[in-house]
Amino acid sequence: MELRICHLYPDLLNLYGDRGNVTVLVRRAEWRGIDVRLVEAGLGDPVDPEGSDLFFMGGGEDRQQRLAAPDLRNVKGPALSDAAEAGAAVLAVCGGYQLLGHYYRPSEGPDLEGLGLLDLHTVHPGPGSRRLIGNVVLREAAGGRMLVGFENHGGRTHLGTGVRPLGSVVAGWGNNGEDRTEGAVRGSVYGTYLHGPLLPKNPWLADLLIAAALRRRYGAAELSDLPDREEERAARAAALRAGVRGGAR
Amino acid sequence: MRDLVAIAAGRLAATASRALRAGGGTTVPGRIATAVAPGLISTLSARLARGVVLVSGTNGKTTTARLLGGILDSAGLVSIHNRAGANLLSGVASALVESSTLLGRPRGDMGLFEVDEATLPAVVEATRPRVVVLLNLFRDQLDRYGEIDLVADRWRRALSAMPREATLVFNADDPLVTDVSRGYAGPMLSFGIEEAPDRADPTPGLEAAADARYCYRCGRPYDYSLVLLGHMGHYSCARCGTARPRPEVGAREVRLRGAEGGSASVAWEGETMEVSSALPGLYNVYDATAAAAAALALGIPPATIVRGIAATAPAFGRGERVTVEGREAVFLLAKNPAGFNEVLRTVLYAEDAPVVLIAINDLTADGRDISWLWDVEFELLSGRARAVVVTGTRGEDMALRLKYAGVEAGRVTLEHDLARAISRAGEAAREGERFYVLPTYTAMLELRAVLARAGIVRGFWRQ
Repeated sequence: MELRICHLYPDLLNLYGDRGNVTVLVRRAEWRGIDVRLVEAGLGDPVDPEGSDLFFMGGGEDRQQRLAAPDLRNVKGPALSDAAEAGAAVLAVCGGYQLLGHYYRPSEGPDLEGLGLLDLHTVHPGPGSRRLIGNVVLREAAGGRMLVGFENHGGRTHLGTGVRPLGSVVAGWGNNGEDRTEGAVRGSVYGTYLHGPLLPKNPWLADLLIAAALRRRYGAAELSDLPDREEERAARAAALRAGVRGGAR
Repeated sequence: MRDLVAIAAGRLAATASRALRAGGGTTVPGRIATAVAPGLISTLSARLARGVVLVSGTNGKTTTARLLGGILDSAGLVSIHNRAGANLLSGVASALVESSTLLGRPRGDMGLFEVDEATLPAVVEATRPRVVVLLNLFRDQLDRYGEIDLVADRWRRALSAMPREATLVFNADDPLVTDVSRGYAGPMLSFGIEEAPDRADPTPGLEAAADARYCYRCGRPYDYSLVLLGHMGHYSCARCGTARPRPEVGAREVRLRGAEGGSASVAWEGETMEVSSALPGLYNVYDATAAAAAALALGIPPATIVRGIAATAPAFGRGERVTVEGREAVFLLAKNPAGFNEVLRTVLYAEDAPVVLIAINDLTADGRDISWLWDVEFELLSGRARAVVVTGTRGEDMALRLKYAGVEAGRVTLEHDLARAISRAGEAAREGERFYVLPTYTAMLELRAVLARAGIVRGFWRQ
């Protein structure tokens, strides 16, 4: 069995430790004796929709996002959409999350047209507006599990009817600081503002993505349990830092 | 009159703050004094006969200012210096107030201030500096400063407010700093490292932490003929021709001696200074080269510069060595990925199987977001570190990072109590062996407070 991961724009969209997510996916597969094939696709590189089953895209500053947006639409977009339609897992964080929507309207300059893979749009309310920064605790919409992380974004994301939120905000800002939603999910395409090391402290989400990717290629996937003592301890400590005692479980 | 009242009030506050053990009194006096007289920094700065030097950058402010202070000492100049790293306007004001007579005369020839990156425009306006040193711009605490390009914009604003005759000393090896310097119309002096350092491990490729890989003019990835530290190195853009300028003050023959320090030959206008320093790591070679360049801009002779650098001891927490119960602890402040990677290399160059204490806090001064731990190459410790003790408000995150870095669980100990964490690390070190303390900023202050209570180090404000 082989887990095939494609890391999109690894050196361009890696604002804050985002590659830690890939480290976690690789390790958790290896620990279970699953082989891993990791390919990277930078600016200009095409994507093979059949070749990879799990796509990851991190975040960037406005400058990097502006470089990535046209490439995502024109070079990688159709293949990525095809893969997602065929059941591949996608995780996009922060700036990458915004680019999966219909458009991102920055505080200055023209709109960045997104891929439209997720039914949402993002608007930055202007240079003087408050950035949404801090520790976050979510209750996952589907299974009620806890998600912890850190967010730091100027843009406000509004979900359309074609997606469900990843979770509801227990502590922190979420998509827009108003409707208590965070992230967006459609099928096995996930977007979230929880940047940097999202998967280390939320290993169940990592496993969910790995399982989805393996199912696409092999039809079924049973993942063995891993001892997640350090993961759970760090998640509890992070929830406590966010002011949530005992977690949201 | 208002200025005099302000100075008196500020100095009283400093004395009171120390007597009450409320802290080092490094910012309160300045806050009080400038509240009474807002123009006080400008008034006192203007009375400094030899002017003001400002040092800013993500990494190395404190050490560079300290090295420059050592050079000024060697030159017989008395500098007023915000030594304790209080690098906001209040810290600059405090240093000035405390070193001035009650009649408002500064007791010094020069002002030497390290300045927080985001505060640079305000301090430039208030002090009208003679020299400004821009060291580097790394990703650091995005939750506090915003994106790195926004900091660069602040620096551009600071440069436009500089007095026309002021000299800009900048790092030619940092593409973003060099890009910022292009907007300056006054005199400039660039510094950089000309060759790969001589050390056991090969020069690394561009790290995960690199910040400025894409050309600031046209967006194409830079080509690097030499990567020195993070995104600093010998870069060029094949599309638009933007390239690292040849530094006017350039370090060659860089030799690193682990925790013992390093040396380099620093060339300027055909002269060569053989610089040797007790400060460890490639960072400090940059800092020493920057300090030498700033001193040259002030007209200080090369021989004096060499003497001053050799005489400078590490700043607190930055290569400082402290003996704890028969073991020597080396403090290496590590507050962002690029700095941390260099610190890890320094440790691994010095020891085959090091004992390391890592203290990660997420307080405001550290940055509340600890995502950056995943950009640090802790994989370097896998199979090498004999014991790693982790502590701090984010000790759990650090332990988790080590797990995914492949460091064996049996070698990692989580201990939240700082005094016990130090003891654990000391116990893991063998008789006469060193251990290494790698703290974030506030963790470093807390660890020092623990050691100070044990009578091992003095309060940092006395240095």
